[in-house]
Amino acid sequence: MTVLKGESAREGADDEGDMTGAAGDGYVPSQRRLERERHKRARARRATAIASLSTLVTAVVLYLVVVNAPGWPRAKETFFNAQYAREAVPKVLDGLWLNVRLLVVCGVAVLVLGMLIAIARTLRGPVFFPLRVLAAAYTDFFRGLPLIINLMIVVLGVPALRLQGVTVDPVLLGGTALTLTYSAYVAEVFRAGIESIHPSQRAAARSLGLTNRQALRYVVLPQAVRSQVPPLLNDLVSLQKDTGLVSIGGAVDAVRAADIIVGRSLNYTPYIVAGLVFVALTIPMTRFTDWVTARMDRQRAQGGSL
Amino acid sequence: MYLAPRTVRRALAAATVALLATAVGCAPQPEEKASTASSGAAAKSCAKGKLATKTSGKLTIATDEPAYEPWFKDDKPANGKGFESAVAYAVARQLGYDRSAVGWQSVPFNKAFAPGVKTFDFDINQVSISAERKKAVDFSSGYYDVRQAVIALKGGKAAKAKSIADLKDLKLGAQVGTTSLDYITDVVKPKQEPAAYAKNDQAKSALQNGQVDAIVVDLPTAFYITAAEVTNAKIVGQFENQGGTPEQFGLVLDKGSALTSCVSGAVDALRKDGTLAKLEKQWLSDAVDAPVLK
Repeated sequence: MTVLKGESAREGADDEGDMTGAAGDGYVPSQRRLERERHKRARARRATAIASLSTLVTAVVLYLVVVNAPGWPRAKETFFNAQYAREAVPKVLDGLWLNVRLLVVCGVAVLVLGMLIAIARTLRGPVFFPLRVLAAAYTDFFRGLPLIINLMIVVLGVPALRLQGVTVDPVLLGGTALTLTYSAYVAEVFRAGIESIHPSQRAAARSLGLTNRQALRYVVLPQAVRSQVPPLLNDLVSLQKDTGLVSIGGAVDAVRAADIIVGRSLNYTPYIVAGLVFVALTIPMTRFTDWVTARMDRQRAQGGSL
Repeated sequence: MYLAPRTVRRALAAATVALLATAVGCAPQPEEKASTASSGAAAKSCAKGKLATKTSGKLTIATDEPAYEPWFKDDKPANGKGFESAVAYAVARQLGYDRSAVGWQSVPFNKAFAPGVKTFDFDINQVSISAERKKAVDFSSGYYDVRQAVIALKGGKAAKAKSIADLKDLKLGAQVGTTSLDYITDVVKPKQEPAAYAKNDQAKSALQNGQVDAIVVDLPTAFYITAAEVTNAKIVGQFENQGGTPEQFGLVLDKGSALTSCVSGAVDALRKDGTLAKLEKQWLSDAVDAPVLK
């Protein structure tokens, strides 16, 4: 960017929150700059006003459409019943504890396994050919296999083999199936990150005397992982929702807890409760993703910390 | 892009008008009130073969897919074989619809009681009548008094149980949304959380795999499972009715359906003339040889 008469440079400094000396160096903003800022503020105010108004209009229209629907009284009774909501909340939260435990354990396992598979796929040298083929076959197979079928096979099929010492616990088996599928997704994310690192980085590392392994460990992987944080967190949010599928094996998670009440009462409010609970759990993760991304962008804008 | 304030205002006004127009356009016509209010009207509208069905002159009956034995045979509800298929045709005959005027529809269990317009006249799917469920759908009078039974693998921990207390320490399972599951949570009150399966098939697999010690199903299903599907399992026993009132299966109709009283009348008539008892004998095993768990 071209710097005009020091003012833009000054603005840049303001962005850094570096206000020291802002008053001390006798800088007086020009008339034109004040004018421009006033105009910007006015535009922002107007944009906000218009946005609020159009939001309000949309909300009113939606409200009218829903409330005037002929089936609304019955739909309200079936989906928004306070009594069933009160009954569902503690049971759904009990079930959610299972989802959260699965998310944490599977999340860690998926990251480790995904990273190992990604490294296996990107190893150089003819000697590693079988390893590369195996890793590629694994990711192809488990990315293509529908998760629900994978779960059925692992949760209901593995115990049928009656192997000594292999667990029949549906939660452990379900977690295994989730890990298999998601590590294939995450391996691809990591691989994309590794392959996005310019070969010159590796070449430079090797020319500094780093071994292949050191180049991977200290130069390639840190950059690769950092660039892939947003898609990784995306997969994590997706995994969090899919943990509920282990209920195939009879384990009672948040959704199944809602199912039980719905089946007894034929009232759908518990599903709404479970849905909102999941959303409430996802929002912080999404915000965290945005924050991490923004922070990384800022670091990169300052020339990066590499 | 800079828009003159006037342009913005106009665009906004136009958008508002368009939105409101859509809202009004979408505003549905009020439902015609079904004439259910007076039973007098209902009584005279039970004319044979002339009910206010979905398709005039035809009776549409729904059940889940797959349709399990012994309630249906060969997963074909329309063949008249199996207890519920036979009952459905008997009810249809009673209402004045012969076999050719009956159409079948596959409707998943939990869609049968979703609010909104029903696509069937009634649903027959081993649905137990309860006061709580009556808030969401209409039931006919009960066509079958059902009892719940416990199945376990022969030689397993649960096979020796003689009483409800003997089941307390075991891992039990049942299909979600069934009274079988309610019996586990309300009557047995086991120490371990019961497993809840989406389908009885998965409960059966879990029993065979040793993931649960015992499963609870209704008695006729229990007889069928132990006789034909999981032959290394046995019926441990059956539960007594809770609160002294027999649990009954009823036909499911839309809430406030015009047909409810007619269908109920038909079921009552079939009970009175012994048809239901005859069909029970024909299709369902006698429940006398399952010990009662107390």
